[in-house]
Amino acid sequence: MEGFTGTGLACIRSDRIVFAGLDFAVSSGDALVLSGPNGSGKSSLLRLMAGIAAPAAGKINWQGRPVRDDPEGFFADLHYVGHRDAVKPALTVRENLSFHAALRRGDAHIDTALDQVGLSALADLPARLLSAGQTRRLTLARILATPAPLWLLDEPTIALDYRSVDRIRSAIADHRAGGGIVVASTNVPLGIYDAKTVDMTAYIEGNHTLWGDSVDDYSAGDSA
Amino acid sequence: MNAFAALVARDIRIALRQLSDTLMVIVFFIIAAALFPFGVGPEPNLLARMAPGILWVTALLAAMLSFDRLFQNDYEDGTLELLVIAPQPAWLTALAKITAHWLTTGLPLLVASPVIGIMLNLRPDGYGVLMAAMALGTAIISLVGALGAALTLGSRRSGVLLSLLVLPLVIPVLIFGAGAVEAVIGGFPATQQLLVLGGMLLACVVVCPWGCAVALRMAAE
Repeated sequence: MEGFTGTGLACIRSDRIVFAGLDFAVSSGDALVLSGPNGSGKSSLLRLMAGIAAPAAGKINWQGRPVRDDPEGFFADLHYVGHRDAVKPALTVRENLSFHAALRRGDAHIDTALDQVGLSALADLPARLLSAGQTRRLTLARILATPAPLWLLDEPTIALDYRSVDRIRSAIADHRAGGGIVVASTNVPLGIYDAKTVDMTAYIEGNHTLWGDSVDDYSAGDSA
Repeated sequence: MNAFAALVARDIRIALRQLSDTLMVIVFFIIAAALFPFGVGPEPNLLARMAPGILWVTALLAAMLSFDRLFQNDYEDGTLELLVIAPQPAWLTALAKITAHWLTTGLPLLVASPVIGIMLNLRPDGYGVLMAAMALGTAIISLVGALGAALTLGSRRSGVLLSLLVLPLVIPVLIFGAGAVEAVIGGFPATQQLLVLGGMLLACVVVCPWGCAVALRMAAE
């Protein structure tokens, strides 16, 4: 199948199975929303999808080919926004964005991207002077500065005011209209229309460790 | 190649904006070397005899101060994740970080070393080969140190662990670096020592960026 798919994915973090047997499929122009309570593995799944961490089991395919076969080609096609902002306080807003754009392939549109997130007026200020919401907007400007068909967004609206949330929502809609794919994790409704949803609670392995003990028993045994 | 240049330029720019971090290494180098005349006595002949060894040991210790922050900031603020999934070979990313480290730490140490040479009464004919050996030696130290920094990334007390890991590995640099200067002062050619240093540099250029890339990927996971 074309698009972005994963089958039988499992994630293990320090002996604990976070989730197992997870499948997903998103095709061109679609969006996938990951929902679930804190600690249910939304961020871990996004990190598996981005290729930062390797899945303990299962396969991820991009445009019908396993991402393991051509990681660089896959990385060139994706934008990942994690929960950390990757903004250097010593550099100016424009320098921060230019640096991240230079890491990616394709023509960079720095000024357009800054304009879209409403940071044009602050472009030459050191990033340490930005507020939390402005820093988040600078992080999100990354995905607008260079083109990539796959967006992986971890809690994109955190710290944003409602106007910025609207901007992100319309950026996501434009991206999908152009055939792009968006995967986003969120605790609050993002207002993305016709999105598929993966409810992470369905895949939680009952807090079991690799050895089959439940985590509560495990920690009790540890302290005894 | 665009990404390589951007990464080197960014690290140099940050180093220039946070100049105190860079200067700290150089000031440590000068102060540590200045302690020796107080410790062993200011006799010019004795200092001249010990100068090559003191220069190399203190330069090595000063460089150790710079490695714990080489990847630490990128690791903490999430930039490392993005470097790992940037669409270019990971060893090239590691080599860019190492190049920037040499330009902001190795090069200043290289420039400061003749000043310390004068302070320690190093014989005049030793300076040329001191600079040549230092240029090769600091590059090797940057490469090996970056590998150590990447391996200890994320562990507690990584600064101490890093020194325990890296210092034994750079003993050959110390032997041949100080040996080159001593040979020239003693009236012998230093070609052999410089060739050995050059060979070690080539080996490190092949092995270290690759090992560094693997370690960074593991740290990002």
